[in-house]
Amino acid sequence: MAKEEKANITEELTSAQLQADCASCPVHHAANLKKLGVDMENFDFVVALAGNPNTGKSTVFNALTGLRQHTGNWPGKTVTRAEGGFEYADKRFKLVDLPGTYSLLATSLDEEIARDFILFGQPDVTIVVVDASRLERNLNLVLQVMEITNRVVICLNLMDEVDRHNMEVDHRRLARDLGVPVVPTVARYNEGLEELLEAIHEVAIGQVEANTYHVNYRHPQLDRAVSQLMEQIQEVFPQVPNARWVALRLLDGDERIIQAVEDGELGSLTYAQTVPEDVSVNQVSQKSGFAQ
Amino acid sequence: MDDKYKRILQSAQDLRWEVGEDFHERIMEALYTDATRIADRAVTYPDQKPRFDLDRTIDRLVTSRVWGFPLMILMLTLVFWLTISGANYPSKLIFSLLIDKVQPMLKAGAASIGMPWWLSGVLIDGAYLSTAWVVSVMLPPMAIFFPLFTLLEDFGYLPRVAFNLDHIFRRAGAHGKQALSMTMGFGCNAAGVISTRIIDSPRERLIAIITNNFSLCNGRWPTQILIATIFIGTLVPAQLAGLISAIGVVSIALLGVLLTFLVSWGLSRTILKGEVSTFNLELPPYRPPRVLQTLYTSVIDRTLIVLWRAVVFAMPAGVVIWLSANITIQGTSIAEYLINFLNPFGLLVGLNGVILVAYIVAIPANEIVIPTILMLTVLVTGASGVGAGSGVMFETQSGLATLSILTRGGWTLLTGVNLMLFSLIHNPCSTTIYTIFKETNSMKWTVIATLLPVVMGFMVTFFTAQIWRLIAGW
Repeated sequence: MAKEEKANITEELTSAQLQADCASCPVHHAANLKKLGVDMENFDFVVALAGNPNTGKSTVFNALTGLRQHTGNWPGKTVTRAEGGFEYADKRFKLVDLPGTYSLLATSLDEEIARDFILFGQPDVTIVVVDASRLERNLNLVLQVMEITNRVVICLNLMDEVDRHNMEVDHRRLARDLGVPVVPTVARYNEGLEELLEAIHEVAIGQVEANTYHVNYRHPQLDRAVSQLMEQIQEVFPQVPNARWVALRLLDGDERIIQAVEDGELGSLTYAQTVPEDVSVNQVSQKSGFAQ
Repeated sequence: MDDKYKRILQSAQDLRWEVGEDFHERIMEALYTDATRIADRAVTYPDQKPRFDLDRTIDRLVTSRVWGFPLMILMLTLVFWLTISGANYPSKLIFSLLIDKVQPMLKAGAASIGMPWWLSGVLIDGAYLSTAWVVSVMLPPMAIFFPLFTLLEDFGYLPRVAFNLDHIFRRAGAHGKQALSMTMGFGCNAAGVISTRIIDSPRERLIAIITNNFSLCNGRWPTQILIATIFIGTLVPAQLAGLISAIGVVSIALLGVLLTFLVSWGLSRTILKGEVSTFNLELPPYRPPRVLQTLYTSVIDRTLIVLWRAVVFAMPAGVVIWLSANITIQGTSIAEYLINFLNPFGLLVGLNGVILVAYIVAIPANEIVIPTILMLTVLVTGASGVGAGSGVMFETQSGLATLSILTRGGWTLLTGVNLMLFSLIHNPCSTTIYTIFKETNSMKWTVIATLLPVVMGFMVTFFTAQIWRLIAGW
């Protein structure tokens, strides 16, 4: 989208030009969300849907795919991985609804399913659905997801609950602090989903380069150990996108990760470069309130 | 193993000593600290205290020690009362359409194209009738029950139920989250078994899987509702019938909950010993249910899918029943042989041969127990004027007519009560058994989960029958 082109929108524009301009506008894409249901052939991107229990993951999933995965107002009803598809801006996305978890330390089956998918399934985008009215507790998972992948979009859901409790959540501030796009939504009433789609699309095609925040452990010995281990990991597995996290998990004695190192599975972890030609990296996305 | 991989693991092990033992806690602490800091910067809380917190007020009521349980039972009774009294009329309507009107037309059509009697028997009196029966009996109650249940779910009531039941489960040596998988089982046991995945410890998960069968699933609700309507409802004046029947069904459902506790307790003290794990149960905010969407999804997703499953199983079952009633060996049909063979044992446990045969036929789907029972009863008593000859699965115009057929077949109130008990306590349906096997990956636990309820069911019905006969004096 060249700036001059936008500045030139005058009565002289032919309808063809107008159409071409429309087609490149996000609002146009949103109107053209195609819910593909279980039709997931030939998708371009894989999107994972993570979040604490009962934050509305399944509702978001249904809204995007047109499927009717059972939703209910109680934590823990999605225990399996549900998959569906949608088409947006001429790209086909496969959406994977992960079980709701409070952490990714893999202490239970559902946490393991969620973590293994984010790590080994290598989704192009991971949406973390967050209960905006309980932000503090939900951020735990967000920070853990961001340790594994930097291709994250925060869906700040249940904004109606925030209003109901007379609270205010500054999603722009949050986006700046976390370094990833944050989109406020009320998925139950389809509010904010267009912006969410746009953010997913931007991260998927690499138009937004995340500068994800990493937890500061304030522990000099640990930092030293981690960077030492990180170096070794990067040497053996140069492609691994999250060596710091792997190092931490190894130090913590995480069986699954130790095993992944042992059999070299970790070496297969690389983010497929799905950035298409001719897309300039756009660091600022006004819509999602994500700047710098 | 590759050497360079080994080196990484080795240095991880060495470094672990350097960073000190408490580092896991330090990581968690850092995570919480950062989460708090970031959240604090983004969230502004209202200056003044909230004037009136509706959520907390409702919570104080529905989870209170005094009112929690009575409200729960009241709510359940209300749901069933609405289901039972609301389903009556549409049931009759669908029935008269499918069976009084369409079926004779099909028969006449078959006769006019010269279809042999046995073919029209298998297709129309077997497959079509059983399907029509299942649709007319199951569709209306499900179309009322599921939306009501889903509305309660959407509103946020289920976690409060779990909250109320948690301490009992704990005392039974089981996981508090079992309250949620149990509630799920009220819809479908197979779904309930899958939902036990939210329980982390394998021991507590097995307890939840084995006892899930005691949650009365929707395949069994129609049986309960019908038998309660014709045996218990008819004991009282007509205007009270709906309420009393509902109370009967609720009692059976509550007995199931009680059995869940007792069996969990027994298991956790015998073959599944261990510590109770602790967990946090989050009470979500109450949300106004989206009525239209709930109606749509519960009718389309739950009702029609369950109905479809019933139909898929009912069709072949109808064929099997018709054939077993019409293939004779030395003048006696196969069905009669089976019934006569099982009858002595059936009577001993306060049931009869017909019910046992029906349960064997209905292993794939509990939904078709009642139609099978009615058909077989007519076959055995040779009642004329009802149904349309041997092996025809049929429904009667009203509960009273059903009652008269059943009493002619030697049924008493005891048979009715015991059928309700047995329907609650018997083996899970084949789908659930398969799900249990997939989830546990163990033949042993699948067999235990299958056979334990059958044995218990016969024990309960046996003792009920003995005590009943002792008191009634025959």
